[in-house]
Amino acid sequence: MIAAATSGTLLLLGLALRRLRSEQIPQTAMLGAVFFLASLISIPIGPGGVHLLFSGLMGVVLGWAAIPAILVALLLQTLLVGHGGLLVLGVNALHIMLPALLCALLLAPLLRRRSPLQPFHVGAAAGALGCLASSALVAMTLALSGEEYLTAARLIVISHLPVAVIEAAVSGASIALIHRVSPRLLSAGGQA
Amino acid sequence: MSAPLLLNQPRANLLEHWDPRLRILVALLWALTVVSLQHPGTLLLAFVAVLFALVRLELLSSALLRRLLPLETLMLLLLMLLPFTLQRGGVWFQFGPLTAYWSGLERALGVTLKANSVVLALFPLVGTLSQAELAGALSRLGTPHKLVLLLQLTLRYIGVLQLEYQRLRQAMMVRAFRLGSDLHSLKTLGWLIGMLLVRSLERSERVLAAMKCRGFDGRLPGIGERLDWRVADTTRALLSALLLAVLVGADLLLG
Repeated sequence: MIAAATSGTLLLLGLALRRLRSEQIPQTAMLGAVFFLASLISIPIGPGGVHLLFSGLMGVVLGWAAIPAILVALLLQTLLVGHGGLLVLGVNALHIMLPALLCALLLAPLLRRRSPLQPFHVGAAAGALGCLASSALVAMTLALSGEEYLTAARLIVISHLPVAVIEAAVSGASIALIHRVSPRLLSAGGQA
Repeated sequence: MSAPLLLNQPRANLLEHWDPRLRILVALLWALTVVSLQHPGTLLLAFVAVLFALVRLELLSSALLRRLLPLETLMLLLLMLLPFTLQRGGVWFQFGPLTAYWSGLERALGVTLKANSVVLALFPLVGTLSQAELAGALSRLGTPHKLVLLLQLTLRYIGVLQLEYQRLRQAMMVRAFRLGSDLHSLKTLGWLIGMLLVRSLERSERVLAAMKCRGFDGRLPGIGERLDWRVADTTRALLSALLLAVLVGADLLLG
């Protein structure tokens, strides 16, 4: 299964790199760095804290360019922070790339030109969808790797419900601000 | 540019002369080998080997151990869950309606050893490479140029944007903002991230203009050009392969 997921990641990466123009590289790197830092912010809940993934927000802002950006961010996370393993990088990447792409294709067009929807709501939808889709994919992977992980898979989905609410609020506010201050950032991502 | 990735770590002096490509390949092969091991004895041997290497290289520090915290939390969760969910083999203990099984404990311990051996080996081998070495080695190993460029720039801007983030957070702190889990906090955090994105878009346009000024046409010259493979690297490669072969062989013999 690791092999299948890794080849899926490589396929997506190949497609995305072909779409990525060289002029977009500095922008993608810069925005990718923001997401890398943002995912390190710990939001206090009760005694502990959660980190957000921002898969939805990344998809909406970066479009297809989110895919190489996610891979690079994960690679750096493995090397710098010691999160996750080297071999499951392909699996982890897919868990974040697919929701990002989903949000890029479904939600990003809603932000362009005249849309009846408020930017905040589109951003919140991206945040929630990204978070839930990522946790569902993680749970699916766990469930597929053995019956004994089924309980863990259920726990992951349930524990991500409140996280999705938080991610929705943060992503919504982000998109609302970007829409007001620099709308071209959103149109740039949609085309990419 | 030449600062190692793990900024507060000393350079691994014994590994410093290894070709960066070899270090990446050994890390990858090590991970593949460790994950394929079946017998608890060989797993333990692999883990002890990594620990021994870290001690020899004087890399075992509290900073390194702190980096392992998220991994160990996950492993702890697994240790608590698996004995109850992997219901096979002998019973370990019973606690009310719950029954814990030895096989679950064994599996969880195995996973913990594997994960730690892989991650701990990654630090001295790849984590102490400089940014230029990493980019060069990846490029020479056949990674697409766009991806290498992206990696190099991302790594650079993480440092730049971290300073910007700290500046913004400081400004918020002065205004008595404390991050909580209420809606106001979350919205403010969203605005903070939005602001970082907007500013970084503008910054990236300036960077692109500056790069074009210096003749950027999709490629940056010089990535990985200064790497040269020495005879000693071949010896090191063979020795590493031998170590991996011994581990796999022992595992096959025992298992």
